[in-house]
Amino acid sequence: MISRRYRSKYSTTNAHVSLTLISYSGLVKLVILKSMERITAIKGEPQVKIEPIDTVYLDEVLEQNMQDPENLIMILQDISAKYNYLPREVLKYVVERLNVPMSLIYSAATFYKAFSLTPRGKYIINVCLGTACHVRGAEKIKESLEERLNIHEGETTEDLKFTLETVRCLGCCALGPVITVNETSYGGLDRGKAIKIIKQYEDET
Amino acid sequence: MSKLQSQKNYEVLREQFKKERDPERRVVSLCAGSGCGAYGTQEVRRALEQEVLKNGLKGKVEIKVTGCHGFCEQGPIMVIYPEGIFYPKVKPEDIPEIVAKTIVNGEVIENKLYKDPLSKKRILKEKDVPFYRQQLRIVFGNNGLIDPTNIDDYISMDGYSALVKALFTMSPEEVILAIKESGLRGRGGGGFPTGIKWETCRKAHGDIRYVMCNADEGDPGAYMDRSLLEGNSHSVLEGMIIGAYAIGSNQGFVYVRNEYPLAVKNLGIGIKQAEEYGLLGKNILGSGFDFTVKISRGGGAFVCGESTALMRSLEGKVGRPRAKYIHTVDKGYRESPSALNNVETWANVPIIINNGPEWYASLGTEKSKGTKVFSLVGKVRNTGLVEVPMGTSLRTIIYDIGGGIPKKKKFKAVQTGGPSGGCIPEDFLDLPVDYERLAEVGSIMGSGGMIVMDQDNCMVDLARYFVDFLKNESCGQCTPCREGITQMSEILTDICEGNGKEGDIELLEELATMIKRFSLCGLGKTAPNSVLTTLLYFREEYQAHIRDKKCPAGVCKALFHYEVDEELCNGCHLCALKCPQEAVTGEKKKPHHIDQDKCIKCSICYEACKFDAILIK
Repeated sequence: MISRRYRSKYSTTNAHVSLTLISYSGLVKLVILKSMERITAIKGEPQVKIEPIDTVYLDEVLEQNMQDPENLIMILQDISAKYNYLPREVLKYVVERLNVPMSLIYSAATFYKAFSLTPRGKYIINVCLGTACHVRGAEKIKESLEERLNIHEGETTEDLKFTLETVRCLGCCALGPVITVNETSYGGLDRGKAIKIIKQYEDET
Repeated sequence: MSKLQSQKNYEVLREQFKKERDPERRVVSLCAGSGCGAYGTQEVRRALEQEVLKNGLKGKVEIKVTGCHGFCEQGPIMVIYPEGIFYPKVKPEDIPEIVAKTIVNGEVIENKLYKDPLSKKRILKEKDVPFYRQQLRIVFGNNGLIDPTNIDDYISMDGYSALVKALFTMSPEEVILAIKESGLRGRGGGGFPTGIKWETCRKAHGDIRYVMCNADEGDPGAYMDRSLLEGNSHSVLEGMIIGAYAIGSNQGFVYVRNEYPLAVKNLGIGIKQAEEYGLLGKNILGSGFDFTVKISRGGGAFVCGESTALMRSLEGKVGRPRAKYIHTVDKGYRESPSALNNVETWANVPIIINNGPEWYASLGTEKSKGTKVFSLVGKVRNTGLVEVPMGTSLRTIIYDIGGGIPKKKKFKAVQTGGPSGGCIPEDFLDLPVDYERLAEVGSIMGSGGMIVMDQDNCMVDLARYFVDFLKNESCGQCTPCREGITQMSEILTDICEGNGKEGDIELLEELATMIKRFSLCGLGKTAPNSVLTTLLYFREEYQAHIRDKKCPAGVCKALFHYEVDEELCNGCHLCALKCPQEAVTGEKKKPHHIDQDKCIKCSICYEACKFDAILIK
């Protein structure tokens, strides 16, 4: 019953091509679209310098995590903490040392929100979009930051200074709307206050 | 410090710590929870330390940096003992006066005390503030009294005495029986009886058993687990050790969000100190029982709060849930019996062992025992963490403790249980909050998030927000959840953008039923709740969006515009000054006008107007 109504309602529009519930051709289209997206994403990746691998640090991280693939997520977090993202060269090193396939690391790195495969800015701004922040106008804060930095959510400024991300909840719900810049939290914001905070970081030399 | 070898060793040490902590000594307790931290606790702390040094008070005054006191709205919070003088919203520039008057002379600075917004009276002590007065803080109460990085503080408050009692006077079966009799149920959302979970795990087939603490607090709007781990991690560890003893486990894990760096840090310190005292590790207190705890930091995926997904994530894999034909208490982490409980559940365990199951069972309602910590946030005056006995009414929580809705706005709904929960309208404000009653009105307890909404919140937008959230957080392995939620999101977005069609409401209901019935895990099964409850209680708002193309709350930008009420507008010009688009024009002292072509509906004028002259049309 659902399926018939669905088809009549949505199958004609391209925007709803992701509807694979019933439509096989829709599924094929979706897969093609998605893979094209991925290809463009790889092509469009900014050409950055190849990160020098700090083997001393990496060995230390691996040692702390007992070189156990079970601790993969924490290993990736530590790499992320140093490089701000997961550089390909570094992941290759981890593959060798942990003796696991790259696909395993790739699946974890793309599943969890904490990881990024592209370089991120010196300052990572996280706009909390938790419910408490949402009902107090977090979207407006996000919009004003996007405008100010001229980037969208998930993007990094060209000078690699700022990355704008959103987070599902920072657990400072009483002070919403909240943003964090790296590990510093700022609460009780409105547009003006949010811009002021970013200005501090912009002015810093 | 050498390890404690016996019950006697522990008791001697505890008495020593109690003696060292003279109740009459001068202690300044400063809240450094995440809330107060964001308001600037560290600056206040530095100013205080300098001032104490300058006045030659070093050694005479103890500065205790504690975890969350709960009243986050008023941060940074300072309480000065032995009098218990409560100073909210302390700024570094207040410190010299506070040191000179209160700390040195015990003199109260009247204008720095908390002012009750209703009675306009100044209130001296923390416990007399209306926000705290109606709470029963058995789990959360010690947060403001102990330094979370100092185990001695916790032991001096009888910490780890429940562990001693369990290890030396109770058999594992007796511990399980006590938990069963107490009626404790899972505080993470499901509400499964904890004692039964432990018993099943103990009896499950297998050589190695695991206990786990779920601190992947994913529900947006809930942060009690964070505050407990930051402020009193030992209470959680003590609960886990007792649980491990009861179940017969020697290895525990705490799965904590990496977005909570302070919780990770304080928990790490807690584990290290407990190990140094011999309260964790091999042969705990000479009892022959071994138990170690490891911290695992999550990668930021909401679905990892689900038990099977969490255990896969612990194994270093992608956190996708599996069907629960076999429960995790039989086969969980590494295919071994695993007992997973929420942070708050674990923190309840020592309290039950210390006070007895009968005492605990006397709190709460028939089927929901004890207390529950709620995070009271959103459009409410006193935001913060609130601990009340189960069965307390929503009205008491929101109006008596929360102080009602600010800015003279009208209450619209309260959302409980996070993205899986539902919205409860005004008609049910007298509902006693427990697992069953919340389920009756279509919502859930969840982990205890309570988000209050007023007339300016659009319920269709809220439903869209939750569905969008779940669309992004769905792990993607089962079709009803992955595709069904995506479709719901698209329909709701259409409605919010003014493209809603007749029949959309029915389609949403049909989709919701399908997703609920066929999804693999709890995320999908509960995903449509926010849509279903808003449809049930606020259907007319959906209809206004679809038929009249209007958003009555003024949130969905395509469906409203601002107008100036010429009678109410006195031409104060404030809105015109604030408008970033220069869309508001008018001469001073004459009614203003909004140019609809320029207006971006940013709501700055609406919020700025003190005369309610800007109308949503």
